[in-house]
Amino acid sequence: MNMKRSLTAWFVVLSLVAGPALAETVEQTLANGLKVIVKTDRRAPVVVSQIWYKAGSMDETTGTTGVAHALEHMMFKGTKKVPGGEFSHLIAAAGGQENAFTWLDHTAYFQTLPADQLALSFKLESDRMVNLTLSPDDFAREIQVVMEERRMRTEDNPQAKLYEALMATAYEEHPYHNPVIGWMNDLKHMTVADVRHWYDSWYAPDNATLVVVGDVDPDKVFALAKQYFGPIPAHELPVRKPLTEPPQLGEKQVVVKAPAKLPQVIMAWKAPRLDDPAKDTDQYALEILSGILDGNDSARLPQSLVKEKQLAVDVGTDYEPISRGPDLFLVEATPADGKKVAEVEAAIQAEIKRIQDQGVDAKELDRVKAQVIAGHVFQQDSLFYQAMQIGEWETAGLRWQDLDLRLKKLKAVTAAQVQDVAKRYFVDDHLTIGTLDPQPLPAGQRFANPISFGGGNVR
Amino acid sequence: MFVNRLILIIFTLFVAVDAQAGLDIQRWTTPEGARVYFVENHDLPMLDVNVGFAAGSAYDTPEKSGLAGLTQGLMSMGAGAWNEQQVAERLADVGAQMGGYFEQDRAGFSLRTLSSPHERDQALSVLAAVLAKPSFPDKVVEREKARAIAGLKDAATKPEYLGERAFMAAIYPNQPYGLPGDGSPETIAKLTRADLVAFHDTHYRASDMAIAIMGDIDRAGAEKLARELAANLPQGAAPLPPPKVADLSAGKELVIPHPASQSHLFIGQPGMTRDDPDYFPLLVGNYVLGGGGFDSRLMKEVRQKRGLSYSVYSYFMPDQERGPFMIGLQTRRDATDEALKVVRDTVKRYLAEGPTDSELQQAKDNLVRGFPLRLDSNGKILGYLAMMDFYRLPPDWLDTYPKKVAAVTRDEVVKAMRARLKPEDMVTVIVGGQRGADDGK
Repeated sequence: MNMKRSLTAWFVVLSLVAGPALAETVEQTLANGLKVIVKTDRRAPVVVSQIWYKAGSMDETTGTTGVAHALEHMMFKGTKKVPGGEFSHLIAAAGGQENAFTWLDHTAYFQTLPADQLALSFKLESDRMVNLTLSPDDFAREIQVVMEERRMRTEDNPQAKLYEALMATAYEEHPYHNPVIGWMNDLKHMTVADVRHWYDSWYAPDNATLVVVGDVDPDKVFALAKQYFGPIPAHELPVRKPLTEPPQLGEKQVVVKAPAKLPQVIMAWKAPRLDDPAKDTDQYALEILSGILDGNDSARLPQSLVKEKQLAVDVGTDYEPISRGPDLFLVEATPADGKKVAEVEAAIQAEIKRIQDQGVDAKELDRVKAQVIAGHVFQQDSLFYQAMQIGEWETAGLRWQDLDLRLKKLKAVTAAQVQDVAKRYFVDDHLTIGTLDPQPLPAGQRFANPISFGGGNVR
Repeated sequence: MFVNRLILIIFTLFVAVDAQAGLDIQRWTTPEGARVYFVENHDLPMLDVNVGFAAGSAYDTPEKSGLAGLTQGLMSMGAGAWNEQQVAERLADVGAQMGGYFEQDRAGFSLRTLSSPHERDQALSVLAAVLAKPSFPDKVVEREKARAIAGLKDAATKPEYLGERAFMAAIYPNQPYGLPGDGSPETIAKLTRADLVAFHDTHYRASDMAIAIMGDIDRAGAEKLARELAANLPQGAAPLPPPKVADLSAGKELVIPHPASQSHLFIGQPGMTRDDPDYFPLLVGNYVLGGGGFDSRLMKEVRQKRGLSYSVYSYFMPDQERGPFMIGLQTRRDATDEALKVVRDTVKRYLAEGPTDSELQQAKDNLVRGFPLRLDSNGKILGYLAMMDFYRLPPDWLDTYPKKVAAVTRDEVVKAMRARLKPEDMVTVIVGGQRGADDGK
């Protein structure tokens, strides 16, 4: 798609934060398709700049999983004008911090800087959008680092292995099947040409959103964006094929054996992504349901499973409907010592059934809404989070203008809606269960944790 | 989420600050003896409060290791007239967030609430009860002991946990900083409700309390709030501070076998104090060695040049007494020896050469110019207020910070780093690959 848009600007004032730090969010789209969104927050002389590419692991293909993340690493390895290491050096010298993250849906790069240094961010970020060197030597070293990262995050982390297996089981067709960091075999055989192809395909102004939050003047930010990113031509993006996950036809199970003491279980039901913030209702009701089950220390799952029945040492839910692909509603639990995974599963199912049969009471509902409302204020304390939220929404195909609408919709959820979604989405045929089956360390490698001054367990 | 280069920033956090904005910090002591640090700010309709006590793991004994942490953890599980469910509900009803923190020296709570009177007052009444009247119900004590023991047994299968625990025990052989905050299954099993009650009585006292307040409240309101938090706490002398830390007399290498695909390495020795006269030279010196992320020599040598590790860093953790200096990294098993050699050579060379002029300048530029980033949210400001208050740092500590960083000379860095870091005395802990053994190259 080569989108040519005229320079349009929308001005919307976020009404939620009163006082001198009055926040204002505005956007412009450059002629080359780069969308620039600026939110002012003048509490400190600091600015956060994030550039989001709509290219994450879900856009990868068989044999080259992990390429989005591998390129993210290579983005710090230099251009003709800014040789390897210089990017980080310049940002640090300006007093800044910088990093990047790759996810299923996107890849994003960010800098936090003293507010008067924003131009440096744009200068460097626009340069590496098109001028990356990608030398085979650098790649050969960096892919080793990526494999170390995978060993650290996944291979040696039983919980991460379980999550990886769960995703690969719950999703059969949709590329959420694959881990963001990539399968080890794909990393071992990845080439600089794979990374180059990825970069050439997806790194373009018309596939990016630039989000700036902080002590800035929006007009000056737009002018700077035009100066640095404006000259980069739009470019033909690969065709995005529709990616779906067909309806699940029965409960699925996966077991992971790894060194650990306690088992763990993840129950994952298929759940919808937020598609139309104005018309959708189930997603908001499911978010509130997640709060009722696990939104605070008094919520149903910790109260019942951890405190009352003492079946689990930990329990939690996870449902984030802001995504490009189909979502899951997760319930995770760590059984208490001596308790069986099956008992914990049954207890979780019983709590859900209780909501299906009897609904939720008004007090619980109000409690969850009180947290949503307060949480909305608390989130305004972090520049980084504010930028993150805008970037996630935009990259998932939503509009930041609807962030306020989301708050209104959450406040309007009724007890009947919560009961209704509990009935419709929590069905066994749409459930995938992942279980960590803990294995003892090999003989001679078992350690208690005895205490004495001097550390008795080492030799 | 896969944050590629996460490592670095975390460790400079312990140290960096500067005060060009000049925070208006108000300080006073309540009639009960509590020390208050307050910054009034009405930008957001919310209020943050932090209370800290000398009640961290440094106040444990080997016999009752884990007591300090368990006490802090249980204080919010039933207090005053409310059982644990009611405590949680009263906070959740007003959207407030209360969290505990537990360190070597300090333990305490932080509370974030909307500043509107109904929400604020209800949230603060819960915090006040938690501090002054925790009930430690028998049933909850037993349940939490079981949870803690389960957690310890699981943690004992994890290389990073095993390594850090062994490292701390080895660099503090005779000082409570060597005790793990979470105790051991054996010591936790023996703790009783009476132990918790006694620890609370002796370590959570008004006269030794550090209160930090940040946000949407005026001075009169802040004074009232501080008094209400301190009012019902016991009076009495503060616990004796942790004993002095001895130098290590000889290097030591510990190998803990583990089947993980990576070895985890921990290298170091006791480092510096919060009020260390060499604080700033060591801060700048460590930035160049391993605190400055991709600016640091360790990152360049281990990751950038050789691809041996994803994360490699060094830090000084400043505590009341000398906290740890630690270098950490993970590498594939068969690269263990090589990575260790690179780290040791880098440290030796750095101590011999000192930083170059440009390295020194880069460190200072980042620390001084980056100062506003350290104070760009209520949450971050509260963190500094709480730390300065607890450690009794001079009130101009923040204001003078950038000047002190800027004034550090190359000679001071070289001298301080050489005086503090003795490679021949360092402890090395390796979890995983065994040196020169089954899986060497």
